[in-house]
Amino acid sequence: MPKVSKKDVEYVAKLARLRLSETEKKAHAEQLNKILGYMDKLNQLDTSNIKPTSHVVEMQNVFREDVAKPSIPVDSALQNAPDKKDNFFRVPKVIDA
Amino acid sequence: MKLHTLSAHELAKLLIGREVSSEELTKKLYGHIEKTDGEIGAYITLTKDIAIEQAKKADKRIKEKRDIGQLTGIPIAIKDNMCIKGVLTTCGSKMLGNFVSPYNATVINKLRENGLVFLGKTNMDEFAMGSSTETSYFKVTGNPWNTNFIPGGSSGGSAAAVASDQAILSIGSDTGGSIRQPASHCGIVGMKPTYGRVSRYGLVAFASSLDQIGPLTKDVQDCAALLEVISGYDPIDSTSLRMTSPDYMSFLNKDIKDIKIGVPKEYFIDGIDKDVELSVKRAIEKLESLGANIEEVSLPHTEYAVATYYIIAPAEASSNLARYDGVKYGYRAKMESADKGLLGMYENTKKEGFGMEVKRRIMLGTHTLSSGYYDAYYLKAQKVRTLIKQDFDNAFKKFDLLVTPTSPTPAFKMGEKIDDPLQMYLSDIFTIPTNLAGLPAISIPCGVSKNGLPIGLQLIGNYFDEGRILQAAHAFEQSTNFHRKKAL
Repeated sequence: MPKVSKKDVEYVAKLARLRLSETEKKAHAEQLNKILGYMDKLNQLDTSNIKPTSHVVEMQNVFREDVAKPSIPVDSALQNAPDKKDNFFRVPKVIDA
Repeated sequence: MKLHTLSAHELAKLLIGREVSSEELTKKLYGHIEKTDGEIGAYITLTKDIAIEQAKKADKRIKEKRDIGQLTGIPIAIKDNMCIKGVLTTCGSKMLGNFVSPYNATVINKLRENGLVFLGKTNMDEFAMGSSTETSYFKVTGNPWNTNFIPGGSSGGSAAAVASDQAILSIGSDTGGSIRQPASHCGIVGMKPTYGRVSRYGLVAFASSLDQIGPLTKDVQDCAALLEVISGYDPIDSTSLRMTSPDYMSFLNKDIKDIKIGVPKEYFIDGIDKDVELSVKRAIEKLESLGANIEEVSLPHTEYAVATYYIIAPAEASSNLARYDGVKYGYRAKMESADKGLLGMYENTKKEGFGMEVKRRIMLGTHTLSSGYYDAYYLKAQKVRTLIKQDFDNAFKKFDLLVTPTSPTPAFKMGEKIDDPLQMYLSDIFTIPTNLAGLPAISIPCGVSKNGLPIGLQLIGNYFDEGRILQAAHAFEQSTNFHRKKAL
């Protein structure tokens, strides 16, 4: 049985906020199954007593002093905005009336 | 004199001696780029105005004998995922096709302070996801040795620019081999330093626990000089190493007598190209003849590295790329009447802004992180990552360095693997393990295949031991002629 159905692809695409065409859904299902099938290799290894590595350099939380420093000016932060008004990013309506 | 064909250290002598000006050199390079880049396609953006201004400033510094570094006045190409203030940073994607950086990456500031000259931004796989530079939204890049072949990836533009003498130096980024593999395929030197050695501030994030910036150069001495310029602690990158960088140049011109080099047997597998195997074996004999102690070693979890990487890297990428939502910068989809609302805008922006490979990795990463699959994939991969790291830790108890091929084959033909993602992923098999472990590694030229394509040798070092890698790489290079072979 395939690991990923068309329905799974639709669910994951929704989580990723990615709209897919019907052809893309089919292609993704096919390729994800092939790739995830290859990942099964990892199950050959017993890892029950192994700690996970999320980061190779041992580091605790890295803090800096809580002092305000200069940041990017508002007009530079807005220079790449697809849509803006005054000092704000403008987006489509969020809540339906 | 063909100035553009010289190395940075050769040119530095001419600049300091004021036999040549940086402005003259920079203009020569643009002349060469104009002639050749139509066929190669190494650059996405040329920054000629900035470069000429920087070159003039460098000439002034040299004239006044003020703040002269080893690379002052040397022209460099920058991979298009590093931010230069006021310049496009596209990341090879339609999503960032119009993005003008509002700030400089830390590496860019370091290069500026040292008086280097920015020629332009180089082509790359979209968001650095690829091994051939074919997933770029903008163009393909030809391998300068034979343009029917790929230059490697994802830093393919950077490697091709240096190999075709369209840049004296370049910088790239390496998440699973993206500096070393293109360096190998283009017959130049490429190094991924220890994770955290070079600041990632201002590098567009792909997989944050793996990404590392490094040099692509014509020879090992240039690599050492450029690494010295770009490395060092950066308080605005929280994963930056809190240690001072050694004087890398001091490791050059030393012999390698009694250095212990391990040859991991798992890197000489079925499916490795015969020319690659032969060249690498000869290179190992050369290292032995130079006095190194060579012995076989086992890294038993090597075969699990690709599967581990293609769970971890896409998982991190799916999180990092969530920011491209059409709100603050980058592409935003035009709204159709049926698609009003914020959610529709997000979904269409990602649909139209990302290419197929990026979407595939977002899907893969979102799936392996999703509820019910996290333990089976992501956590499992993190545990296997521990085993892969332990393999190296054990090997470095006994050895100073490890030697392997950089890639199992020379460059492949354009289009050969683009429709088969898994085959493409497997081409990174020898470079991925060091990213998972965070270790430094270099690729240097060690041969040419029967069909005339370069072959690379990889030297892997222990954490923070870039110096010893450079020492052995330089000793090998100085006793061979592979680095003098030119593509054009």
